[in-house]
Amino acid sequence: MCLGVPGKIVEIYEVGELRMGKIDFGGVTREACLAYVPEARIGDYAIIHVGFALNLISEQEAQETLDLFKEIFGP
Amino acid sequence: MKYLNEFRDARLVSNAMAEIRSATTRPWVLMEICGGQTHAIKRYGLDQLLPAEIELVHGPGCPVCVTSLELIDKALAIAELPHVIFTSYGDMLRVPGTGKDLFTVRAAGGDVRVVYSPLDAVKIALQNPDRQVVFFAIGFETTAPANAMSVLQAKSLGITNFSLLVSHVRVPPAMHAILGSPENRVQGFLAAGHVCTVMGYWEYSAIAERYHVPITVTGFEPLDISQGILMTVRQLESGTYTVENGYPRLVTFNGNRSAQAVINQIFRSCDRKWRGIGMIPDSGWCLKPEFQDYDAELRFQVDQIQPEESPLCIAGQILQGIKKPHQCLAFGEECSPEHPLGATMVSSEGACSAYFKYG
Repeated sequence: MCLGVPGKIVEIYEVGELRMGKIDFGGVTREACLAYVPEARIGDYAIIHVGFALNLISEQEAQETLDLFKEIFGP
Repeated sequence: MKYLNEFRDARLVSNAMAEIRSATTRPWVLMEICGGQTHAIKRYGLDQLLPAEIELVHGPGCPVCVTSLELIDKALAIAELPHVIFTSYGDMLRVPGTGKDLFTVRAAGGDVRVVYSPLDAVKIALQNPDRQVVFFAIGFETTAPANAMSVLQAKSLGITNFSLLVSHVRVPPAMHAILGSPENRVQGFLAAGHVCTVMGYWEYSAIAERYHVPITVTGFEPLDISQGILMTVRQLESGTYTVENGYPRLVTFNGNRSAQAVINQIFRSCDRKWRGIGMIPDSGWCLKPEFQDYDAELRFQVDQIQPEESPLCIAGQILQGIKKPHQCLAFGEECSPEHPLGATMVSSEGACSAYFKYG
C-alpha cells in the first residue's frame, strides 16, 4: 500500500482547482495529482503513491547516497 | 528507470552486506515496519545475505492486514446495498471478512469497483449522481494525503453522494505498542520511508529515547534497505539510539507540510482497533466533525455485525514480530493466497504472502 513509484513529471496542468500532471514511469504515462508538490516543474522526478505525488526526489541527495556507497564499498 | 536501477545495483548491495558483516559482532533483532520492505527483503533475498546474527522481524505496516474485521464486515454489508457503488484499492477485495470477501459480494451482484486513486472514486460519484459511492479509505500516513484530498475535492465539487469508510492508522502508536509489549524482541527499527516522506521523522525521537532503540528512516530498494540495516546495526554496536535518515532523497525532518496541512484539516486522531493486535489508543485518524457528512459509517446503518476470525490464523503475532509466517500450522496448508485465512496472506505487503511467494 505504501509503495511509491518514482516517475518523471512531463506535463503540468490544472483540473478545476487541482494541480495535476502527467507522469512518465519509464515509458508508461499516468496522471497524478501535484497539489502537494507546488514547487514541481516539468522534468522533476517525484514519488507517486495512489495517484498523488508525495514529494520530489532530490537528485543531489540521491547522488550523495550513491557516492557514499561507492566510496565506502569500493569502485 | 532512474532512481530504481542504481538502487538495485547487485555489486553495491553485496558490498553493503560485507560492510554490515564487518560491523556486526553480536546478535540483533531489527524490525522493518513496512510490508513493502518485507516483500523487497524476501524478493531480493536480502535476509539470506545478512550475517546470521541479524534477524529481521516483520512489522505491522500493511494497512490491508491491520484493518479490523469489524470494519471489513461493515464494508461487505455496505457493498451489498443495492444503491451503492463500493470502491476500493484492489488489495482489499480478497481480504477475508466473516465468511466472505468483497469478491464474493461482487460475484453475487454487488457493484464493487477497484480504483487506482481516491480521486477516481470521486469521479465515479460525479458520473453516478443517483447512486451512493463509498470509498474504503484504508492506509497509513502515506495514503492519508490522497484520501483527505478526495473529501476536499468532493466538497468543492458539491458532490453529496460520496463518502469514505475510514480505517486510517498511524505508525508511531504501533511502535509504542510493540515496544511496550512484554513479548517484544525488537532492538532497532527500519522506519517506513514513505510514511516519513509525508510526516517527516520528528515524531520518532521520543520513541528512540524512551525505549533506547535506534530508528533509521529506510527506503524500499535493496540498497536502501541494506543502508538502513547498516546504519541501525552501527548504532546498536556502539550503544547509541537516535533517529537517523537513510532515505534523504525523499525524506526531510519535517516531511511534506502541505500534505500534513490537508490531513489535519480533514482528520482528527482517534482510537483504532488493529486486526490481530487489538485496540491501540490514538492510533488512527477519523473524519473531523465538520466532515461527518462524508462518513460512510454514519451514512449507512450496518451495526448488526458479529465478526468471527479464523481460529487457526496467527496473523496478530506475526504483525507484532512475535512469530514468523512458517511457524503457523495453517501456512501453505489451509491458508494460501488463493484461500487466505488471514489478511497477511492476501496483501502484496503481507508477511505471509511474501514468505509464500519467495520462500
